[in-house]
Amino acid sequence: MSHHIVEAKNLQHVYPDGTIAIKDVSFRITHGESVAIIGANGAGKSTLLQHLNGCLIATAGEIWIGDTLLTKSTLPDIRRTVGMVFQYPDDQLFMPTVFEDVAFGPLNQGLSGEEIDRRVTEALERVGAGHLRAKPPYHLSGGEKKRVAIATVLAMSSDILVMDEPTSGLDPFARRQLMYLLQEFQHTKIFTSHDLDMVLDLCGRTIILHEGAIMADGPTDEIFRNEALLTACRLEKPFSMQGCPLCNRSSRHKKT
Amino acid sequence: MISINAAVIDLKRLDLLAESDSPIHALDARAKVLVTFVFITSVVSFGRYELARLLPFFIFPAVMIALAGLPPLYIVRKIALISPFVLMVGLLNPVFDRTVLYQIGQLAISGGWISLASLLVRSTLTVGAAFILVGTTGFTAVCQALERLGIPQLFAVQLLFLHRYIFVLADEISSSSRARELRSCGKKGLGVTSFGSLVGHLLLRTWQRAERIHTAMLARGFVGRFHTRRQSRFGASELCFLLGWTILFIALRAFDISGTLGLLLTGIFP
Repeated sequence: MSHHIVEAKNLQHVYPDGTIAIKDVSFRITHGESVAIIGANGAGKSTLLQHLNGCLIATAGEIWIGDTLLTKSTLPDIRRTVGMVFQYPDDQLFMPTVFEDVAFGPLNQGLSGEEIDRRVTEALERVGAGHLRAKPPYHLSGGEKKRVAIATVLAMSSDILVMDEPTSGLDPFARRQLMYLLQEFQHTKIFTSHDLDMVLDLCGRTIILHEGAIMADGPTDEIFRNEALLTACRLEKPFSMQGCPLCNRSSRHKKT
Repeated sequence: MISINAAVIDLKRLDLLAESDSPIHALDARAKVLVTFVFITSVVSFGRYELARLLPFFIFPAVMIALAGLPPLYIVRKIALISPFVLMVGLLNPVFDRTVLYQIGQLAISGGWISLASLLVRSTLTVGAAFILVGTTGFTAVCQALERLGIPQLFAVQLLFLHRYIFVLADEISSSSRARELRSCGKKGLGVTSFGSLVGHLLLRTWQRAERIHTAMLARGFVGRFHTRRQSRFGASELCFLLGWTILFIALRAFDISGTLGLLLTGIFP
């Protein structure tokens, strides 16, 4: 048995106002895979993500984490297994200091004393934020906040890492640093992102959501070569696959 | 609106102070909560014209600030922030209550002035004690202590969330009103009419944001129970702390110590 498998079976979510956010979504993500869920704004990415640790409850369908079905009684266990990093770190960092914030999860798991100290120190060192431990979170820069937000999840020793838009709002250097960091993790990883170049670098598999349904699920490089599919889903090739920007621009100029 | 932001960051500093180490910080939160409760009760229970007998109570904040190493000026500034509200409450006392209590030569001091001064002293003492409690304990630990003292968990969690909500609300207020200010070009904007929808939006936005924060808390295993890093138990030093202060407060309440001292002095130097 492995905890690292995430499986969605015929998942559907209807918001109270009648909007169908997800319809009939099924996939199986296995141990150690790194998967990107991409799609246009409003395609249902964040909604889907929030089902993976029970922040939202599906209208129909099932979520399995390893051999455990997500229900109300298995929720605490599943939340320990599936670590979720939210899009806005400001929503995730709410304690007076970075240390306390990272300790929040382990404390809720019932740990205490030296174990907490060890876990927090390890998690902060891992993301290169050991020196920030005594600082209040609202004094950090965007990149630092993101790294501390990841540390809060690492400290819970989750097996599965779910991240909503990990690189949004970061400067190029911080983005590259974060990508190196994520590459090192052995977890099963699930990302949503508009940063398709990051997806190309980090994720072997990509799932395209379009208007709440899965339009494609397969190897990332295959999907990104299929221009017709990308256009139909209001997406574009990653910039690194679009050729030289200067040449493209001059050829466009010639056309007009 | 920078001022709101600054005030909030200043308030967050109170929770940061709770992180430091001192003999007072190390005490179990329950002892501090109980002592603060006894202190506030004794101070509030004096009659409305009482002034002199309140003054000895300043020993509590003074000793606590000194032992805990809190920045005294910071606490004083926080208390000063509250005083306009207290003044508003007591402002009409001198107008309505004109009974002359003391006569110093030609100067007649009415009961209204005395009760206003007493109100100010009492608010300074009680608000100061509350700030000192949070500054030496931390808000989460205070809530946890309340729960361990028998307050229903639901109320304690509500209190904790209310405290968090202040910061969420202040964040949203500062960004919304900055946006409004920038688009009203230094004039009054649309005046009062725009405030209605501004407040409505604020409520909805803070609601959504609070929900997102709550989700993030749930995702990290929050089930409505508090945990603090500081492990402490109610031991001998807590008992001494509690008994010592309680006995002093009750003595100060029961006996007119400042009056007796005054009599002693006037007895010696007639």
